[in-house]
Amino acid sequence: MAIFYILLFFIIIAAIIAVETNDLLSSVICIGAIGFGASLMFLFLRAPDIAITQIVVEVLGLIILIRATISRDLTFITGDREFFGVVVSVVIVFVIFLAGIKVFETLPAFGTPVFTEATQAASQTYISQGLAKTGAANLVASVILDFRAYDTLGEATVLFTSIIGATVILRHKAKKLPEVLEK
Amino acid sequence: MKGMTVIVKTISSWIKVLIFMFGIYIVITGHLTPGGGFAGGIILASSYVLLMLAFGRKFVEENLPLAAASRLDCLGAFLFAVIAILGMVLGGSFFVNFLYQKYLPGEPLSLISAGTIPLSNIAIGLKVSASLFLVILTLSIFRPDISADKKEQN
Repeated sequence: MAIFYILLFFIIIAAIIAVETNDLLSSVICIGAIGFGASLMFLFLRAPDIAITQIVVEVLGLIILIRATISRDLTFITGDREFFGVVVSVVIVFVIFLAGIKVFETLPAFGTPVFTEATQAASQTYISQGLAKTGAANLVASVILDFRAYDTLGEATVLFTSIIGATVILRHKAKKLPEVLEK
Repeated sequence: MKGMTVIVKTISSWIKVLIFMFGIYIVITGHLTPGGGFAGGIILASSYVLLMLAFGRKFVEENLPLAAASRLDCLGAFLFAVIAILGMVLGGSFFVNFLYQKYLPGEPLSLISAGTIPLSNIAIGLKVSASLFLVILTLSIFRPDISADKKEQN
Protein backbone atom coordinates (compact mmCIF):
# COMPACT_ATOMS: atom_id res chain seq x y z
CA MET A 1 0.00 0.00 0.00
CA ALA A 2 2.95 2.31 0.62
CA ILE A 3 3.57 2.62 -3.10
CA PHE A 4 0.09 4.06 -3.61
CA TYR A 5 0.67 6.77 -1.02
CA ILE A 6 3.99 7.65 -2.63
CA LEU A 7 2.32 7.87 -6.05
CA LEU A 8 -0.55 9.89 -4.61
CA PHE A 9 1.91 12.36 -3.08
CA PHE A 10 3.74 12.58 -6.42
CA ILE A 11 0.47 13.23 -8.28
CA ILE A 12 -0.61 15.94 -5.82
CA ILE A 13 2.75 17.72 -6.06
CA ALA A 14 2.63 17.55 -9.87
CA ALA A 15 -0.92 18.89 -9.89
CA ILE A 16 -0.01 21.82 -7.66
CA ILE A 17 2.99 22.67 -9.84
CA ALA A 18 0.84 22.38 -12.99
CA VAL A 19 -1.59 24.94 -11.60
CA GLU A 20 0.94 27.32 -10.10
CA THR A 21 3.64 27.49 -12.75
CA ASN A 22 3.73 30.33 -15.28
CA ASP A 23 5.35 28.44 -18.14
CA LEU A 24 2.86 26.62 -20.35
CA LEU A 25 5.25 23.84 -21.33
CA SER A 26 6.13 23.07 -17.71
CA SER A 27 2.45 22.95 -16.89
CA VAL A 28 1.78 20.46 -19.70
CA ILE A 29 4.70 18.30 -18.62
CA CYS A 30 3.36 18.31 -15.06
CA ILE A 31 -0.02 17.11 -16.36
CA GLY A 32 1.89 14.36 -18.13
CA ALA A 33 3.51 13.48 -14.81
CA ILE A 34 0.03 13.20 -13.25
CA GLY A 35 -0.97 10.81 -16.01
CA PHE A 36 2.20 8.82 -15.52
CA GLY A 37 1.50 8.44 -11.81
CA ALA A 38 -2.07 7.35 -12.49
CA SER A 39 -0.91 4.82 -15.07
CA LEU A 40 1.61 3.40 -12.58
CA MET A 41 -1.26 3.05 -10.10
CA PHE A 42 -3.31 1.14 -12.67
CA LEU A 43 -0.31 -1.06 -13.34
CA PHE A 44 0.04 -1.93 -9.65
CA LEU A 45 -3.71 -2.62 -9.51
CA ARG A 46 -3.20 -5.20 -12.30
CA ALA A 47 -5.05 -3.34 -15.02
CA PRO A 48 -2.37 -3.12 -17.71
CA ASP A 49 -4.79 -2.27 -20.53
CA ILE A 50 -6.04 0.84 -18.74
CA ALA A 51 -2.46 1.74 -17.81
CA ILE A 52 -1.46 1.62 -21.48
CA THR A 53 -4.46 3.74 -22.47
CA GLN A 54 -3.69 6.22 -19.72
CA ILE A 55 -0.05 6.61 -20.67
CA VAL A 56 -0.83 6.95 -24.37
CA VAL A 57 -3.62 9.49 -23.96
CA GLU A 58 -2.46 11.56 -21.05
CA VAL A 59 1.30 11.53 -21.46
CA LEU A 60 2.12 11.11 -25.13
CA GLY A 61 -1.05 12.40 -26.80
CA LEU A 62 -1.57 15.43 -24.59
CA ILE A 63 2.01 16.66 -24.62
CA ILE A 64 2.51 16.13 -28.35
CA LEU A 65 -0.83 17.70 -29.27
CA ILE A 66 -0.40 20.76 -27.08
CA ARG A 67 3.21 21.20 -28.08
CA ALA A 68 2.28 20.93 -31.75
CA THR A 69 -0.82 23.10 -31.81
CA ILE A 70 -0.06 25.98 -29.46
CA SER A 71 2.42 28.32 -31.07
CA ARG A 72 2.81 30.91 -28.35
CA ASP A 73 4.90 30.59 -25.21
CA LEU A 74 7.60 28.64 -26.96
CA THR A 75 10.78 27.85 -25.10
CA PHE A 76 13.98 27.76 -27.10
CA ILE A 77 17.26 26.71 -25.56
CA THR A 78 20.20 28.57 -27.04
CA GLY A 79 23.90 28.27 -26.40
CA ASP A 80 26.14 25.24 -26.01
CA ARG A 81 24.94 22.03 -24.46
CA GLU A 82 25.99 21.44 -20.92
CA PHE A 83 28.26 18.44 -20.40
CA PHE A 84 26.43 17.28 -17.26
CA GLY A 85 23.03 17.38 -18.98
CA VAL A 86 24.26 15.27 -21.89
CA VAL A 87 25.76 12.68 -19.55
CA VAL A 88 22.56 12.45 -17.51
CA SER A 89 20.44 12.06 -20.66
CA VAL A 90 22.68 9.31 -22.05
CA VAL A 91 22.68 7.44 -18.74
CA ILE A 92 18.88 7.64 -18.45
CA VAL A 93 18.39 6.42 -22.02
CA PHE A 94 20.81 3.55 -21.36
CA VAL A 95 18.99 2.55 -18.17
CA ILE A 96 15.64 2.59 -20.00
CA PHE A 97 17.21 0.48 -22.76
CA LEU A 98 18.41 -2.11 -20.23
CA ALA A 99 14.97 -2.16 -18.58
CA GLY A 100 13.40 -2.65 -22.01
CA ILE A 101 15.61 -5.67 -22.66
CA LYS A 102 14.55 -7.16 -19.31
CA VAL A 103 10.88 -6.54 -20.16
CA PHE A 104 11.17 -8.21 -23.54
CA GLU A 105 12.81 -11.26 -21.95
CA THR A 106 9.83 -11.76 -19.62
CA LEU A 107 7.19 -11.44 -22.36
CA PRO A 108 5.31 -14.65 -23.16
CA ALA A 109 5.91 -16.23 -26.55
CA PHE A 110 3.98 -14.94 -29.53
CA GLY A 111 0.44 -16.33 -29.68
CA THR A 112 0.19 -17.22 -25.99
CA PRO A 113 -1.17 -14.12 -24.24
CA VAL A 114 -1.13 -14.03 -20.45
CA PHE A 115 -4.85 -13.43 -20.16
CA THR A 116 -5.77 -16.74 -21.78
CA GLU A 117 -3.32 -18.75 -19.66
CA ALA A 118 -4.24 -17.42 -16.21
CA THR A 119 -7.01 -19.43 -14.58
CA GLN A 120 -8.64 -16.55 -12.73
CA ALA A 121 -8.59 -14.16 -15.67
CA ALA A 122 -11.79 -12.30 -16.49
CA SER A 123 -11.60 -13.39 -20.13
CA GLN A 124 -12.06 -17.01 -19.06
CA THR A 125 -15.33 -16.05 -17.36
CA TYR A 126 -16.48 -14.17 -20.45
CA ILE A 127 -15.78 -17.15 -22.69
CA SER A 128 -17.23 -19.88 -20.47
CA GLN A 129 -20.30 -18.07 -19.10
CA GLY A 130 -20.97 -15.35 -21.64
CA LEU A 131 -23.74 -17.17 -23.50
CA ALA A 132 -25.45 -18.36 -20.32
CA LYS A 133 -25.36 -14.98 -18.62
CA THR A 134 -26.30 -12.69 -21.48
CA GLY A 135 -27.81 -14.91 -24.16
CA ALA A 136 -25.79 -13.26 -26.91
CA ALA A 137 -24.07 -15.55 -29.36
CA ASN A 138 -21.54 -12.86 -30.25
CA LEU A 139 -19.30 -12.75 -27.20
CA VAL A 140 -17.85 -9.40 -28.21
CA ALA A 141 -21.33 -7.86 -28.09
CA SER A 142 -21.96 -9.47 -24.71
CA VAL A 143 -18.72 -8.02 -23.35
CA ILE A 144 -19.08 -4.48 -24.67
CA LEU A 145 -22.81 -4.12 -24.02
CA ASP A 146 -23.33 -6.22 -20.90
CA PHE A 147 -20.22 -7.02 -18.87
CA ARG A 148 -18.44 -3.77 -19.63
CA ALA A 149 -21.32 -1.51 -20.63
CA TYR A 150 -19.94 1.35 -18.54
CA ASP A 151 -16.98 1.43 -20.89
CA THR A 152 -19.31 1.69 -23.89
CA LEU A 153 -21.27 4.46 -22.18
CA GLY A 154 -18.00 6.32 -21.74
CA GLU A 155 -17.10 5.82 -25.39
CA ALA A 156 -20.52 7.05 -26.50
CA THR A 157 -20.14 10.08 -24.25
CA VAL A 158 -16.73 10.87 -25.73
CA LEU A 159 -18.16 10.61 -29.25
CA PHE A 160 -21.15 12.77 -28.34
CA THR A 161 -19.02 15.46 -26.72
CA SER A 162 -16.59 15.59 -29.61
CA ILE A 163 -19.43 15.90 -32.13
CA ILE A 164 -20.93 18.75 -30.10
CA GLY A 165 -17.57 20.48 -30.11
CA ALA A 166 -17.09 19.98 -33.84
CA THR A 167 -20.55 21.24 -34.78
CA VAL A 168 -20.24 24.27 -32.51
CA ILE A 169 -16.77 25.30 -33.64
CA LEU A 170 -17.20 24.52 -37.35
CA ARG A 171 -20.75 25.81 -37.80
CA HIS A 172 -21.55 27.50 -41.08
CA LYS A 173 -23.90 30.22 -39.95
CA ALA A 174 -22.09 32.22 -37.32
CA LYS A 175 -24.30 33.66 -34.67
CA LYS A 176 -23.59 37.34 -35.13
CA LEU A 177 -24.46 40.00 -32.66
CA PRO A 178 -27.65 41.95 -33.51
CA GLU A 179 -25.83 45.24 -34.16
CA VAL A 180 -23.51 43.51 -36.65
CA LEU A 181 -26.50 42.14 -38.53
CA GLU A 182 -28.15 45.57 -38.74
CA LYS A 183 -25.11 47.04 -40.47
CA MET B 1 -25.13 20.17 -62.23
CA LYS B 2 -23.10 19.56 -59.13
CA GLY B 3 -21.39 16.34 -58.28
CA MET B 4 -19.59 13.79 -60.40
CA THR B 5 -20.35 12.29 -63.82
CA VAL B 6 -23.50 10.42 -64.83
CA ILE B 7 -21.80 7.03 -64.47
CA VAL B 8 -20.84 7.66 -60.86
CA LYS B 9 -24.26 9.04 -60.06
CA THR B 10 -26.10 6.05 -61.55
CA ILE B 11 -23.88 3.45 -59.89
CA SER B 12 -23.99 5.15 -56.50
CA SER B 13 -27.77 5.54 -56.65
CA TRP B 14 -28.02 1.77 -57.09
CA ILE B 15 -25.42 0.92 -54.49
CA LYS B 16 -26.55 3.29 -51.75
CA VAL B 17 -29.59 1.13 -50.95
CA LEU B 18 -27.46 -1.99 -50.65
CA ILE B 19 -24.98 -0.24 -48.35
CA PHE B 20 -27.79 1.12 -46.22
CA MET B 21 -29.47 -2.30 -45.95
CA PHE B 22 -26.15 -3.93 -45.09
CA GLY B 23 -25.60 -1.38 -42.33
CA ILE B 24 -29.04 -2.07 -40.88
CA TYR B 25 -28.33 -5.81 -41.03
CA ILE B 26 -25.00 -5.38 -39.24
CA VAL B 27 -26.66 -3.30 -36.51
CA ILE B 28 -29.63 -5.61 -35.98
CA THR B 29 -27.69 -8.87 -35.88
CA GLY B 30 -24.87 -7.42 -33.80
CA HIS B 31 -25.54 -9.89 -30.98
CA LEU B 32 -25.33 -12.92 -33.28
CA THR B 33 -22.58 -12.24 -35.80
CA PRO B 34 -19.52 -10.01 -35.80
CA GLY B 35 -20.54 -6.41 -36.06
CA GLY B 36 -22.67 -4.28 -33.81
CA GLY B 37 -23.61 -0.70 -33.33
CA PHE B 38 -20.26 0.92 -33.98
CA ALA B 39 -19.44 -0.94 -37.18
CA GLY B 40 -22.99 -0.82 -38.52
CA GLY B 41 -23.33 2.87 -37.74
CA ILE B 42 -20.23 3.65 -39.73
CA ILE B 43 -21.56 1.66 -42.70
CA LEU B 44 -24.86 3.57 -42.48
CA ALA B 45 -23.00 6.88 -42.43
CA SER B 46 -20.78 5.82 -45.32
CA SER B 47 -23.84 5.37 -47.58
CA TYR B 48 -24.63 9.04 -47.02
CA VAL B 49 -21.01 9.99 -47.56
CA LEU B 50 -21.13 8.17 -50.90
CA LEU B 51 -24.20 10.22 -51.83
CA MET B 52 -22.39 13.37 -50.77
CA LEU B 53 -19.41 12.55 -52.95
CA ALA B 54 -21.49 11.63 -55.97
CA PHE B 55 -24.32 14.19 -55.91
CA GLY B 56 -22.79 17.08 -54.03
CA ARG B 57 -23.39 18.47 -50.60
CA LYS B 58 -26.66 20.29 -51.32
CA PHE B 59 -28.46 17.08 -52.28
CA VAL B 60 -27.53 15.37 -49.03
CA GLU B 61 -28.36 18.44 -47.01
CA GLU B 62 -31.86 18.47 -48.48
CA ASN B 63 -32.19 14.73 -47.87
CA LEU B 64 -31.01 14.76 -44.26
CA PRO B 65 -30.61 18.28 -42.87
CA LEU B 66 -28.10 19.13 -40.18
CA ALA B 67 -30.82 19.72 -37.61
CA ALA B 68 -32.42 16.32 -38.25
CA ALA B 69 -29.03 14.57 -38.07
CA SER B 70 -28.19 16.20 -34.77
CA ARG B 71 -31.63 15.21 -33.45
CA LEU B 72 -30.96 11.60 -34.49
CA ASP B 73 -27.60 11.77 -32.75
CA CYS B 74 -29.20 13.01 -29.54
CA LEU B 75 -31.95 10.40 -29.85
CA GLY B 76 -29.38 7.60 -30.03
CA ALA B 77 -27.53 8.82 -26.96
CA PHE B 78 -30.83 9.30 -25.13
CA LEU B 79 -32.01 5.76 -25.96
CA PHE B 80 -28.74 4.28 -24.72
CA ALA B 81 -29.05 6.18 -21.45
CA VAL B 82 -32.71 5.16 -21.14
CA ILE B 83 -31.77 1.49 -21.51
CA ALA B 84 -29.14 1.90 -18.79
CA ILE B 85 -31.56 3.68 -16.43
CA LEU B 86 -34.32 1.14 -17.11
CA GLY B 87 -31.84 -1.48 -15.95
CA MET B 88 -31.50 0.43 -12.70
CA VAL B 89 -35.27 0.81 -12.27
CA LEU B 90 -36.37 -2.69 -13.29
CA GLY B 91 -33.30 -4.81 -12.61
CA GLY B 92 -31.72 -3.25 -9.57
CA SER B 93 -28.44 -1.90 -10.90
CA PHE B 94 -27.22 0.36 -13.68
CA PHE B 95 -26.91 -1.37 -17.08
CA VAL B 96 -28.20 -4.71 -15.88
CA ASN B 97 -29.60 -6.88 -18.68
CA PHE B 98 -33.12 -6.85 -17.24
CA LEU B 99 -34.90 -8.05 -20.38
CA TYR B 100 -32.84 -11.24 -20.57
CA GLN B 101 -32.89 -11.98 -16.87
CA LYS B 102 -36.56 -11.33 -16.18
CA TYR B 103 -38.91 -10.72 -19.06
CA LEU B 104 -37.72 -12.08 -22.39
CA PRO B 105 -35.03 -14.77 -22.22
CA GLY B 106 -35.43 -15.78 -25.86
CA GLU B 107 -33.68 -18.56 -27.69
CA PRO B 108 -29.93 -18.30 -28.06
CA LEU B 109 -28.85 -17.67 -31.68
CA SER B 110 -32.26 -16.31 -32.67
CA LEU B 111 -32.93 -12.72 -33.64
CA ILE B 112 -34.91 -11.91 -30.51
CA SER B 113 -32.52 -12.91 -27.78
CA ALA B 114 -29.92 -11.47 -25.43
CA GLY B 115 -32.33 -8.96 -23.91
CA THR B 116 -31.13 -5.39 -24.05
CA ILE B 117 -28.05 -6.03 -26.17
CA PRO B 118 -29.80 -5.64 -29.57
CA LEU B 119 -31.61 -2.52 -28.30
CA SER B 120 -28.30 -1.03 -27.17
CA ASN B 121 -26.83 -1.93 -30.55
CA ILE B 122 -29.64 -0.08 -32.33
CA ALA B 123 -29.19 2.98 -30.11
CA ILE B 124 -25.44 3.02 -30.64
CA GLY B 125 -25.86 2.46 -34.38
CA LEU B 126 -28.21 5.44 -34.60
CA LYS B 127 -25.81 7.55 -32.58
CA VAL B 128 -22.64 6.60 -34.42
CA SER B 129 -24.16 6.93 -37.89
CA ALA B 130 -25.70 10.33 -37.18
CA SER B 131 -22.60 11.69 -35.50
CA LEU B 132 -20.22 10.50 -38.20
CA PHE B 133 -22.50 11.97 -40.86
CA LEU B 134 -22.64 15.22 -38.88
CA VAL B 135 -18.90 15.51 -38.53
CA ILE B 136 -18.31 14.91 -42.24
CA LEU B 137 -21.06 17.35 -43.20
CA THR B 138 -19.77 20.07 -40.89
CA LEU B 139 -16.21 19.55 -42.08
CA SER B 140 -17.34 19.85 -45.71
CA ILE B 141 -19.42 22.96 -44.97
CA PHE B 142 -16.65 24.61 -43.00
CA ARG B 143 -14.71 27.32 -44.79
CA PRO B 144 -11.91 29.02 -42.87
CA ASP B 145 -12.40 32.74 -42.55
CA ILE B 146 -9.42 34.01 -44.52
CA SER B 147 -10.17 37.69 -44.01
CA ALA B 148 -9.70 37.35 -40.25
CA ASP B 149 -6.24 35.86 -40.75
CA LYS B 150 -5.23 38.69 -43.06
CA LYS B 151 -6.35 41.26 -40.52
CA GLU B 152 -4.22 39.60 -37.86
CA GLN B 153 -1.17 39.60 -40.11
CA ASN B 154 -1.60 43.28 -40.89
